[in-house]
Amino acid sequence: MSLFRSLVFTSVLVGLIVGAVVTLAQFLGTTPLILAAEVYETGDETESHDAGTVADTAHGHDAAASTEAHDHHNADAWAPADGIERTAYTLAANILTAIGFALVLNGLMQISGRQSDWRSGLIWGLCGFVVVMLAPGFGLHPELPGTPAAPLFERQVWWVGTALSTTAGLALLFFQRKPWAAAAAIVLIALPHVIGAPLPPDGEQALAPETMSHRFVVIATLTSLLFWALLGSLSGHLRRRREA
Amino acid sequence: MSVNTITASTSSAAGRIAPALLSVFFGLFIVGFVGFSPMDVVHNAAHDARHANAFPCH
Repeated sequence: MSLFRSLVFTSVLVGLIVGAVVTLAQFLGTTPLILAAEVYETGDETESHDAGTVADTAHGHDAAASTEAHDHHNADAWAPADGIERTAYTLAANILTAIGFALVLNGLMQISGRQSDWRSGLIWGLCGFVVVMLAPGFGLHPELPGTPAAPLFERQVWWVGTALSTTAGLALLFFQRKPWAAAAAIVLIALPHVIGAPLPPDGEQALAPETMSHRFVVIATLTSLLFWALLGSLSGHLRRRREA
Repeated sequence: MSVNTITASTSSAAGRIAPALLSVFFGLFIVGFVGFSPMDVVHNAAHDARHANAFPCH
């Protein structure tokens, strides 16, 4: 059980650092774009991230009938207030996400049974970036609020399927040095994209301008690259110290 | 003698892999909760992080 404890310890430490750094990067990069996109969203729809005011709630019925891009969060549900509270919840969510992914990455590094240092950790981290950002993002790019999209559950299924299939492909590439394995890996990596991501309904327009959406995709992808590069190399470095 | 050696090596491999698998599943559970939970409250709290991480949102 001490091995599990040390995996948890490493992952929590890495998650705290990566979560904090990435929150800062988001604060400067993606969050301003999300807030700007919400202005378009709330201009057209009624829901907002402020705690639902009486006016919001009263208006909610019209919104349900109108041509919303997607019916999402219930206006009555609690949401953090804009400002410090919202940033604090984003920080908590980022730290938890980083701890979660660090547990997965460190667990897999452990199972592989290989020596680790910051460089091998970085490669593991970059594989995480491919699995969790690049591959799913190729079909379902990072979205600003107010972007039309297919039903949530279908997208979540495709997202998870793509991540699993890409993971299996990369594992075959790295751990099997046979031509058949390489061929199977290419098929596994390509398959979700051949099947295709669930598309938004025809004729629906994004609320925010195209250029803003494009900037969001680029910045979110770069932030994720930073997340995974740090997560992997820190994990590898800490594991090496433990193995030594 | 050889039987003992085999037993020892498999049990140490299992001892190495079981906690690692537990770590992987524990991590997936946390990521699933933060990034994929359908609960409105969890969604709203993690909203900006979900968008930035490109988890399917809304």
